[in-house]
Amino acid sequence: MSNAPRPRVKVPKTASAGEVIAIKTLISHEMESGQRKDKDGNVIPRKIINKFSCAFNDQEVFSCDLDPAISANPYFEFNAKVPESGTFKFTWVDDDGSVYEDEQKIEVS
Amino acid sequence: MMMTRRRVLALAAGAAALPVLQLLPTSAFASVEETQKMIDDFAGGQELQSGKLTLTAPEIAENGNTVPITVEVESAMEGDDLVQSVMILAEDNPRPEVATFNFTAMSGTAAATTRMRLAKTQNVVALAKMADGTVYMDKKEVKVTIGGCGG
Amino acid sequence: MEKLALAAGTALCLAITGFVIVTASADPVDDTLEIDGAEMITRAPAPEGHPFDEVLSGWLFREAETRATQEDSFENPGMLAVERGAEIWETVEGTAGQSCASCHEDASVTMADVGSTYPKWDADSGKPINVEGQINKCRVENMGAEPYAFDAEPQLSLTAFIKHQSLGKPVAIDLSEGEMQEWWEKGKEFYYTRTGQLDFSCSSCHEASMGKYIRADHLSQGQVNGFPTYRFNTGGMVSLHNRFRGCIRDTRAEMPAAFSDELMALETYVTWRGTGLSVETPAVRQ
Repeated sequence: MSNAPRPRVKVPKTASAGEVIAIKTLISHEMESGQRKDKDGNVIPRKIINKFSCAFNDQEVFSCDLDPAISANPYFEFNAKVPESGTFKFTWVDDDGSVYEDEQKIEVS
Repeated sequence: MMMTRRRVLALAAGAAALPVLQLLPTSAFASVEETQKMIDDFAGGQELQSGKLTLTAPEIAENGNTVPITVEVESAMEGDDLVQSVMILAEDNPRPEVATFNFTAMSGTAAATTRMRLAKTQNVVALAKMADGTVYMDKKEVKVTIGGCGG
Repeated sequence: MEKLALAAGTALCLAITGFVIVTASADPVDDTLEIDGAEMITRAPAPEGHPFDEVLSGWLFREAETRATQEDSFENPGMLAVERGAEIWETVEGTAGQSCASCHEDASVTMADVGSTYPKWDADSGKPINVEGQINKCRVENMGAEPYAFDAEPQLSLTAFIKHQSLGKPVAIDLSEGEMQEWWEKGKEFYYTRTGQLDFSCSSCHEASMGKYIRADHLSQGQVNGFPTYRFNTGGMVSLHNRFRGCIRDTRAEMPAAFSDELMALETYVTWRGTGLSVETPAVRQ
């Protein structure tokens, strides 16, 4: 059991061809800004998610470069146009090199 | 284009009294000049236009550590009428950069929402770059209140 | 003493060494809290002997963006803690080789009334026990596991998960069990006792000044039906006893320990003050 960053995504299960759908994503992450000091006055090192991307059937849909001014537990809402059935892949990249991923399938009729 | 540092709201006065905000900077706050340089770099010599791009943010944020913002650009998102990216800046944060959204024809619409940190009352700036190189700007002042209770 | 640059209307302010309660006030919003379409009770007739006619959820005192974040369980980051709690529920720990689920199975059935009825009388200790205390009791006595330290991440997540099973149910604690009534009395005394350098009691802010402003904070009734709560300020979960201690610290008083007799009595009394409000765990606050 671990308390690693936990991604959540919300994608409709079905859509019609060419429909523009709404996607919401959230990931648990402290987004340590690198601008705070600890009790002893030492700067707490920056540790943020610096990149988020969403691809559909391996084609980029939307991405975001994040800076320390994004709140803890980064949240995104955006749209996607779905031409066919397939899989959304979501990727979050951490300053420490870790990559967190999630996938959601959508049925297009 | 001129940006004036807005008067800090009376509501936010006394900011030094309680360590309410988590985002206490260790460095000096970003300057309007620094923000302007980032705007110039993004615009690449293009004149900034208004319209098409709408930045939505609360007029008064209940807590500066979590402020919802939405950007939306009028665009067909196909052919030449395509939004490439939208950059968000905050004039008076420790650093002006907040986020850059990158759109594609697969985005369907050029709209996105996120939550950001604001160290104090200030202007939030959004810039949109279209595929044809034109650049749009919108700006909103968000008042950041200082709560009474740090617990 | 801090030097305060006061908000407009200085003359209206009652300045007390750094804390300012502005006499300007605002009504709680006229809005309905629906979480994923399910309506929550945010206004309820007060029980007999209550100082107010109506008990009001703290949600009604928050700004639009804070309220909206709680209305969608996906957008509410507190649900990340609930999901984590669901994992802990299923995880075997301790020498007995048991998880919570080994005995209690489906939490949506077995825990459905826990969030709305705790604290309860615990005859073994001769004291009221809250959800955090019940979790630790189970861990030690039944699982052979270490009790969680106060505000350890799993304690916050598991408590949020368990209380969330009562989402929407009206708070109704049983004061007839054991000595609950005596503890309620002790809690009431604590609630009205002024303390700290600022000489504030709980009632100074949450009863006498309810609806007014401390700086920019709109003072609510101080209800506890949404704990553990997700706070925009810290970007994390805040437990009830952490909030109690934070409030007491802000009056510049010595803080009683979490789960001490004083704070268990206070939890009993303050929970009763929210009788009839829906459990909102995890609520979203500023």
